[in-house]
Amino acid sequence: MVHGEAWTLKEFFVYPNEYIYWSIQIVMYPFMTGLVAGAFVLSSLYHVFGVKQLKDIARFSLVFSLALLPVAMMPLMLHLQQPQRGIYVMMTPHFTSAIAAFGIVFTTYGLIVASEIWFVYRQFIVETVLELRAKQQKTAVESARLFLYSLLSMGAMDLSPEALHKDERAVGILAGIGIPVACFLHGYAGFIFGSVKANALWMTPLMPVIFICSAVVSGIALCIVTYIITMEIRKLIFARKRRNNPRLPSTEELKSAEIQVVTMTAKYLVMFLVLAITLELLDLIFRTYTAVKSWDILRSVIYERDFFKIFILQYGLGNVVPFIIFLRPGLTIRRALVGTLLVLMGVFMMRWNVVIGGQAFSASFSGFMEYQLPIWPSTLELFKEGLFGALSVIITPFVLFFLVTRILPVFGIKDSH
Amino acid sequence: MMNRREFCKKTMIVAGGLIIPLSALEVFNPRRLYAEKNDKGKVRWVFLVDVHKCVGCGFCVKACKIENDVTWDANVTRTWVERYVITRDGQTLIDSPKGARDGFTSQKIDQAHAGLKDVKPEDIAKGFFVPKLCNHCDNPPCVQVCPVGATYQTQDGVVLVDRTWCIGCGYCVMGCPYGVRYFHPQLHVAEKCTLCYHRLSQGMKTACVDACPFGARRVGNIRDPEDPVTKIITTEQVNVLKEEFGTKPQVFYLGSSMEVK
Amino acid sequence: MKNHVWRPLFIVLAIVAGILITRTLLVPDDFGIGERGYMYGWHRKSNEAEWKKYPVKYKTATVCIECHKDKYDDIKDSPHGSISCENCHGPNYDHPKDPLGLNIDRSRGLCIRCHAYLPYRDSARAKIPGIDPVKHYPQAECIMCHYPHDPTKSNPKHRNPEVKS
Repeated sequence: MVHGEAWTLKEFFVYPNEYIYWSIQIVMYPFMTGLVAGAFVLSSLYHVFGVKQLKDIARFSLVFSLALLPVAMMPLMLHLQQPQRGIYVMMTPHFTSAIAAFGIVFTTYGLIVASEIWFVYRQFIVETVLELRAKQQKTAVESARLFLYSLLSMGAMDLSPEALHKDERAVGILAGIGIPVACFLHGYAGFIFGSVKANALWMTPLMPVIFICSAVVSGIALCIVTYIITMEIRKLIFARKRRNNPRLPSTEELKSAEIQVVTMTAKYLVMFLVLAITLELLDLIFRTYTAVKSWDILRSVIYERDFFKIFILQYGLGNVVPFIIFLRPGLTIRRALVGTLLVLMGVFMMRWNVVIGGQAFSASFSGFMEYQLPIWPSTLELFKEGLFGALSVIITPFVLFFLVTRILPVFGIKDSH
Repeated sequence: MMNRREFCKKTMIVAGGLIIPLSALEVFNPRRLYAEKNDKGKVRWVFLVDVHKCVGCGFCVKACKIENDVTWDANVTRTWVERYVITRDGQTLIDSPKGARDGFTSQKIDQAHAGLKDVKPEDIAKGFFVPKLCNHCDNPPCVQVCPVGATYQTQDGVVLVDRTWCIGCGYCVMGCPYGVRYFHPQLHVAEKCTLCYHRLSQGMKTACVDACPFGARRVGNIRDPEDPVTKIITTEQVNVLKEEFGTKPQVFYLGSSMEVK
Repeated sequence: MKNHVWRPLFIVLAIVAGILITRTLLVPDDFGIGERGYMYGWHRKSNEAEWKKYPVKYKTATVCIECHKDKYDDIKDSPHGSISCENCHGPNYDHPKDPLGLNIDRSRGLCIRCHAYLPYRDSARAKIPGIDPVKHYPQAECIMCHYPHDPTKSNPKHRNPEVKS
């Protein structure tokens, strides 16, 4: 069977070779990259602009963006028909293609994030090494940890105030460079779509900017969600531990700290949300007003076929409702959680409506294509480009985050052991 | 003065540097870039379709599929024929069942999921057939967007795919406004019309041209002023498809109509 | 170089060097800019020759005439004279070596490609005699009555008394 035939339903006249070639994984790609970029920008707000209120979530979102990083690559590898040749992008890059620089930009960005984390955690790593070295009798696990942390320290054991000060400056500089690179990485994903002149829905210079704004929105939202969930788990753990150790912070203390962080972060979320919606509406109004050749078919896609997905799910539930939730005074944790989850859904639907919506009509403007998400993975292709492929992409960052935090804890480094 | 430790260190750096040959740093040579861009050869293949002559028999599609080993039953094709039926009330109905591999033998128009549409003969204002194939554009957007250089244009204007180098990202498929590209069902790489490069380069015509009994398809060299195809293109009213994309398509149409997509 | 701040940079340099070395090993020597410049001609040169070597299957009538001059004379002046031999007789490949005999398509489906009536008055299709495949002797093969090399004649070989002409 031809690639794409399994999930494409054609109606009226569609060119014989046209199928929905870019499916769920290409929806996941900008969504996941957006989360990476957003999480990084959130952490940089503290490191670069010194937004003190975000201190707690900054370290958290930085590590989270590291956990998300390999996952931005995953949907692409699942999407490629020849994934084993993916490295050719680095071997013979054809820079007239918007995809060609991906490998380079992505690697640069990954190295920046990794280095920044190294500087942030160097003190912790060195202290752990010293602590483990001091122990006389080491268990196998402790020896392994000692080896791992010694490796991570890269032999830089200097903990003098000057050295630590240098670390801090390096973090500031890297976070500073990181912001444009993160925006580039994601605006670039927007450019990949925006520059396809063959696609009437995609081709707009606004695409990169829209992508960056919604990326930051989704990144912040995911950080809030994960932050809330981890805090709730910590509350439960602390409540249990407090029986033996009354000096630990009480549930109330944790809660007030939590809501403060969430409220502050939500403000930035709303800011970027407004920007994203403004640009998206501008694009829509402009298309309606200019009504070029492609408008007839675009109108029937936007206002008829995809109406529910665009206006109810994306704009309604994904933008307007959370907007109201965050702007009403007295934000509670539960409301924030609902709001951010809706925002995440909204951004996902925006990616969906761009990627799948852009292929919902034929390049002949005389027919439509409908994407039917493959559910049951009976073949490898249906797994890769189906529900379960997408789910594995969603789950992986959380698994990675869990693993990374085993090595580099994000909460209370001083009192966690 | 250099002590031993420092000497060892420096030697390591120099040796390390030597391992990476300078050529590794060269992604492309800018001088070649300019020198060869404007070098025009003696041959530039172009294609001419005469819409008036096409009867929709689909022999061209059949020949192409066999000649180029395009999987017979796969619902993709390197070339295809579209049927246009315009009704008296101004409706345009288009179809190309199986790319017209078996020709058009029914009056019913295939609207895919919307079913077969029957138009009464007295309601038909006009009906005609339009053969389609890769336009081998002068500015091929599909080549521009290939991230690895797996698709390219030869000096004589044919756009080809390197099957050993394609990573299968599908960007070229999305980049083509004419929908001529697809994924090879078995090889899983981008696939398209080669203008029968193997035939042209040994002085033959393309398989579709040889299979057409009506002369609706012709191939020629636009750089040769004596070529009959060139004469028609330069002296008669010919058209191209989707000129607004700036792709400079090199498949010319005689007798095309505004309804043609 | 005492500063520990540069240590991540060494790793970065090592990665870059790794990529560059892989490049020299993996990229074919003839990969480069072709005649159409970097934008349209960035490719592996030897691929052009690979495409040129692709086997030709339809050898055209000029090859058929060499041995089957009689058949050629039979069809050349008939209304079917413009149809390539291989359209009905199948692609030549390496005939007569391989395949020995060609796979001739005598089916109704082949004839109605042109001869199924379609009501498009101004198209070239209207100038071809057309039938309604559902009503015109649907149980019979066309060649039972019609002689494919010259449709103006009836088929001497296949005349079937059960089908009235």
